[in-house]
Amino acid sequence: MLAALIIVFREVFEAGLIVGIVLAVTRSVAHRNRWVAGGVVAGVAGACVVAAFAGALSQLFEGMGQELFNAAILAIAVIMLTWHNVWMARHGKEMAGELRAVGQAVAEGSKSLLALAVVVGVAVLREGSEVALFLYGVAASDGGTAMSLLTGGVLGLALGGAVCLLTYLGLLRIPPRALFTTTTVLITLLAAGMAAQAVAFLERANWFTALDTVVWDTGWLLSEDSILGRALHTLIGYTDQPTGMQLVIYVAVILVTIALMRLVGSEPPRRAAAAG
Amino acid sequence: MFASLTPRTLTLAALCVAAMLPLSGANAQQATEIQVTYDGAFQPSELHAPAGKAITVKVKNNSAKAMEFESKTLKVEKVIPSKGEGVVNVRAQKAGRYEFFDEFNEKARGTLIVE
Repeated sequence: MLAALIIVFREVFEAGLIVGIVLAVTRSVAHRNRWVAGGVVAGVAGACVVAAFAGALSQLFEGMGQELFNAAILAIAVIMLTWHNVWMARHGKEMAGELRAVGQAVAEGSKSLLALAVVVGVAVLREGSEVALFLYGVAASDGGTAMSLLTGGVLGLALGGAVCLLTYLGLLRIPPRALFTTTTVLITLLAAGMAAQAVAFLERANWFTALDTVVWDTGWLLSEDSILGRALHTLIGYTDQPTGMQLVIYVAVILVTIALMRLVGSEPPRRAAAAG
Repeated sequence: MFASLTPRTLTLAALCVAAMLPLSGANAQQATEIQVTYDGAFQPSELHAPAGKAITVKVKNNSAKAMEFESKTLKVEKVIPSKGEGVVNVRAQKAGRYEFFDEFNEKARGTLIVE
């Protein structure tokens, strides 16, 4: 039972952190629960589909289907997170002021919510598909152990939910004025980390072999598999053995985000939509 | 942001990706290939490979459950469905002992010896 609890918790942990952050980011937006819940439900459904077709998926692209699939959905999450940041650069001030254009902000806010719902869905999908596969295996095994494994699994899920709640409540303790900056930084690093993870998947698939040597090894200082290492892996993309390409992409995502936020944030709101 | 995703931007992005593709696949040919089967335990549980060369581990899962081939030190992690086969690419390694296991059943362990 403990083994099952640990396995499930390890997978749900990342998704829990991400959902917690998204909840904090959107705390003042109307209907956000609906969107976030929608993201979770879509993610769970997607995870079951992915688990059911795991065999077929892994056969694609000469056996590299899983890696490419992971890289692709991570890339989607990176785009959505970056878009959210850029959108907030333009509308954040208005919304923080709270007085102005609630109607318009909410209408447009739903676009940003959709982006974040996609991020939630992707996080749940990635972690959930492994849980689903593991639980399928449990269901296939005999009665007595299956029951105890299932209990462990459910407890693991509950702990993942607790992580989500703690992240959310922790972020809410930050004063509203500082929260915007904090979440912008968090989301930027989250996106950069996900992009670096996507690179790792492409490297494993042998699709990216440029600059794929490990630049440094900080495993002695903080192992990626410790609980802190895992949390930092999710939050800021910490990895104890980054490759050159991972570092390049990581920095590139941060720079592109800053550039886009500056560009869009300095434009008058009305014209910004037409530009491009 | 979506408004700014014009065809031109997308083409540019596609070109950037395409520009990187020729750099890939270079060390795929000369990788050392190792076969291992899984049936609740790894068979064989000790693998050997030369140092400084990419390694391809082909894992065949004969058990009734999905498994996840994982190694912390080799930085690989791959789900292999029941009755399926998975290809795990490992980049060139220094000489040493690298442990791997089934993440869904951590009692099943093995070692890759790079020498």
